[in-house]
Amino acid sequence: MAASPPATSTAPSPPARHERTPVGSLEQAFKLTRYQLRDYFFSRRFILMMAIVAIIGAILTAVVGYYRPPAFLANSDAFYATLWGSGVTVVIVFAGVIFGGDAIAGEFQNRTGYFLMGQPIRRATVYVGKYIAAFVAALTAVVLFALVLLANGSFYFGAGAFTANFGASFVIAVVYLLALLGATFMFSSLFKTSTYATLVVAVLFLFGFMILQDLIQGLAHTTPWYILTYADSIIGGVFNASCASAPGTHTCTQPGPGGGFTSVVTNATIPEGVGIMIAYFVLTAILGLLSFEREEFS
Amino acid sequence: MTSPSIVLSSLTKRFGSFTALDRLDLKLEGGKCVGFLGPNGAGKTTALKLLTDMIFPTEGECFLNGISVQRERKRALEAAGVLIESPEIYPSLTPTQALEMVADLRGMSPAERKDRIPAVLEEVRMADWTHEKFGKFSKGMKQRINIAAALVHDPEIVILDEPATGLDPRGMAEVRSIVRDLKKHDRLIFMSSHILAEVTDVCDEVALINHGKLLFYDTLDNVTAKFSGGHSSVDATFARPVPERTVTDRLAGDADLLGCEALDTRRYRLQFKGGPTSQARLLRKLSDETLELVSFTESKSALEEIYMSQIEKGD
Repeated sequence: MAASPPATSTAPSPPARHERTPVGSLEQAFKLTRYQLRDYFFSRRFILMMAIVAIIGAILTAVVGYYRPPAFLANSDAFYATLWGSGVTVVIVFAGVIFGGDAIAGEFQNRTGYFLMGQPIRRATVYVGKYIAAFVAALTAVVLFALVLLANGSFYFGAGAFTANFGASFVIAVVYLLALLGATFMFSSLFKTSTYATLVVAVLFLFGFMILQDLIQGLAHTTPWYILTYADSIIGGVFNASCASAPGTHTCTQPGPGGGFTSVVTNATIPEGVGIMIAYFVLTAILGLLSFEREEFS
Repeated sequence: MTSPSIVLSSLTKRFGSFTALDRLDLKLEGGKCVGFLGPNGAGKTTALKLLTDMIFPTEGECFLNGISVQRERKRALEAAGVLIESPEIYPSLTPTQALEMVADLRGMSPAERKDRIPAVLEEVRMADWTHEKFGKFSKGMKQRINIAAALVHDPEIVILDEPATGLDPRGMAEVRSIVRDLKKHDRLIFMSSHILAEVTDVCDEVALINHGKLLFYDTLDNVTAKFSGGHSSVDATFARPVPERTVTDRLAGDADLLGCEALDTRRYRLQFKGGPTSQARLLRKLSDETLELVSFTESKSALEEIYMSQIEKGD
């Protein structure tokens, strides 16, 4: 039985309050995205990310411009396969770490979650709103990197710089970004400390998964199709510029003494790679949401 | 329109083997201010976090205006303005943008927003800082913005967890003034506080918890009458030393005087019954030029005495 006092004070006549139409959860998510983006765009982390992209772009531009490697400049596919294929995965990992690493953990550690959770908003809405904001901010970095490379491509290849393969690779990179941010948000929702979340994500995606992938391939001689970094090879592979990077399984001959040597290279096919990325996105989104729904602001 | 209500039903929260709240039942209804008191670790903030779905109950449920917070958090919190544990706002947002975000999430119309945001910023004395970024503010200024965010949508229910935290004495007085103003608009205010003077000043009712259990909940007047036995005490201070005999002679024969204790040669504590009328009469008896009375104040608030006695009993 709930305690209540014997006498209740007499209330004055209530003033007319504004009638409001409740805001739908999806609409709330987009509204939250808008404010989170505003916070990102005026933050040091956004400037840092853009600076990283600018530095990577400047180094690539200077090196290619100075050395003019013939293998890169043979055609636009060879050019983008190397510069875009390798460079954009680094940009995506950095963007994922910078915008997603502490996105959920920071709500606990920085206490911004106490502000949001006082509002009539579902936890899932907060998660989705913050995810979209991080995706848009990270995509801005990817687009900037693409523009830098396209500008370089235009310089070397003229009007034919933007190819269908580049378009396809860009779309795959965006799917990879979705998957990587999904995983980043999941790890972020598992921790209440931003540093741990950011560190785990950075270690895993910058070299942890790649070391694991090499170990599995070297020791168990099986294809680690379940590791996200296995799928990211299709971003460069779509250009089909070399045997080693082409999607699927191939026997490649490397030049060397005695006629060179051959090795069997296994890369994800385009459908496999996209499938793995989408599976990562869906699974990590579900796990991340479930984790955030159960976390307490204690 | 029904009266605003808060119900905590059999609310239990355990953190491992520690029971922070133990079957807490509390029902608040109508436009009034209820002070939520208890020592550190008593379970006040835990109860308020459960009430706003920031943490989850081990058992029991909470209701805001009859809507379960645990089952329908979004609908339940529509009627409430919440300030729990001095939250932070995204550092790049200005106070106006932060309040616009709250207004957006709550579906306030542009016209309503235009009226309310400047008004509420004015109310918390932050109108001169509307375009500075939140990250640059002091703790006290942030708390003012948090209070503004809890009030911008004109809520029926206001839940405040130690709202004066981080504020200077002027800020504390302003918070009291804000809470007093809120009471004029038929709001149900549930406010935890360590500051008993603040509770005495602004609250109509008081709930005291310790070790996760409710010790009492009643109107302030009933609590005072029930636990103090109707006695009050004042401290009389004189400009120069006054012999005890002189004071007792002046007050001799007063039927309501229960005792006179010398605290030092200039200060005496008087215990009496009969409330303000008796207090005024005692004051008159001591107020003349020969004694040079310089102050005549309540020695300890009735609520403070009750608080201490009840907490000590529980410990």
